[in-house]
Amino acid sequence: MRLVRLLRAILPRDSQSDRIVPPSGFTANLTLFASGAMAFLAVFALTLSFAAGQLASRWGAELAKGATVRIIAPEDQIDAQVQATLRVLETTPGVALARHLSKEEHQALLAPWFGDGIDVSDLPVPELIEVIEADPGIDATGLRLRLAGEAPGATFDDHARWRAPLLKAAARLRGFGWLSILLIGGTMAAIITLAANAALAANAQIISVLRLVGATDGYIANAFVRRFTMRAGVGAAIGTVIGFVAVMLLPGSSESSDLLIGIRVQGWQVLVLFLVPPIAALVAFFATRFSARKVLEGLT
Amino acid sequence: MAYSYGGGALLSSISLTLAPGAFYFLTGPSGAGKTTLLKLCYGDLQPTSGQVRAFGKPIQSLSRTDISYLRRRVGVVHQDCHFLDHLSVAENIALPLIVAGRDVAAESRNLIQLLKWIGLTDRADALPQELSGGERQRAALARAIIQSPDIILADEPTGNIDWEMSQRLMKLLIELNRQGKAVLIATHDLALIRAVKQQVQARVLRISEGRLHLAGADL
Repeated sequence: MRLVRLLRAILPRDSQSDRIVPPSGFTANLTLFASGAMAFLAVFALTLSFAAGQLASRWGAELAKGATVRIIAPEDQIDAQVQATLRVLETTPGVALARHLSKEEHQALLAPWFGDGIDVSDLPVPELIEVIEADPGIDATGLRLRLAGEAPGATFDDHARWRAPLLKAAARLRGFGWLSILLIGGTMAAIITLAANAALAANAQIISVLRLVGATDGYIANAFVRRFTMRAGVGAAIGTVIGFVAVMLLPGSSESSDLLIGIRVQGWQVLVLFLVPPIAALVAFFATRFSARKVLEGLT
Repeated sequence: MAYSYGGGALLSSISLTLAPGAFYFLTGPSGAGKTTLLKLCYGDLQPTSGQVRAFGKPIQSLSRTDISYLRRRVGVVHQDCHFLDHLSVAENIALPLIVAGRDVAAESRNLIQLLKWIGLTDRADALPQELSGGERQRAALARAIIQSPDIILADEPTGNIDWEMSQRLMKLLIELNRQGKAVLIATHDLALIRAVKQQVQARVLRISEGRLHLAGADL
């Protein structure tokens, strides 16, 4: 509530008092540029974080429900072991679907490595059965024991081995995204503090005149805070719009590989991106306020 | 009160009361402490011993904010009348109203009258750096009095202007004094003091060796 009262006191535009701070100077451009650049970077960091979150969710959801049975056996036994495995799976609780992959599907899986035109039917590749788990899932240990007895060439793979590090990596990526946002915010606060310090130092004579005519330190600080907050907000708005356009221009899932699926913002995420300018303005507000009070206390 | 600076006493045993309607000149050689005494009067400096009381309150006990409020009741004119160079003359004159949160538009009539009174109506929209020395001094005086302060302190207000302009400026100060304002002017221009004394009952104080003396009748 105290913050709301403070913002109300400072932010409404006062054309009279706004004019007491000189409108130009390198600090104005520095604040505008720094907040714009930081907002641009923040948009990318947020997008990365969202993408990592989406990938983690997708991997988690899809892979958690999917499993594979791989069958490696002598050529004369392979069909029998596939059929035996399918029978086992049909009677296994927790299996929603068990499907033997066709030759075409094998070819499609190997296409990234061998190309589209290669006939894989003569290659010694294992037979694959795709398993979709129901809820509750499969008792993996029990299934493995049954398969060992009835189809010794079958190996059940519930993807847990490689799903866990992927999920961990995605979670870390998301964490790095948020850490980047914090660092960007901190850097912006530092730059704006320096700019505000420089502006106050450069305007020492103006401050002296204002004090002479009865301006309180609070009034002077507010004038600078208002100016820097507005500048930072405008700079961040420009940076956010440019960053948003750049993100929207990234190749989408339909145009590129699966790796890029999710590096795109949608729905509520767009709203979060457009919170960057007001948050940047808030950072500038506190950075300038802190700086102004400190400088004014030091100026006699 | 006394004020020491750099290990030495610049002012010692100073006792002065600025009553409503009083008109004082403060003279003395350069470096005697005239500007320091004025700064002590409006709280820009604090005495090293003794007390400066403004409107009944010791300045030492005032917060920075209270000192700002005090300055709204004390108009100050400096020899190097500093302005905000990016604001027009009219805006600079209205600055005390702006920082006091008063609506300048509502007081525009007073501002126009004041500009007319100091003869700067045609220069209202000019920037301070476009003014002559005399015009700057008059604008500084207008800024000092726009809030109708109780006390006017002027530090060498005629230092940068010619005799004719000095006379004109003094007339403005005399008129304000006749309205009941206390006026204290630091100057070393004895001819000016003599000219003013013919028009108003003014006392002349001389700072010498850190002390304040009432100057003789020759002034």
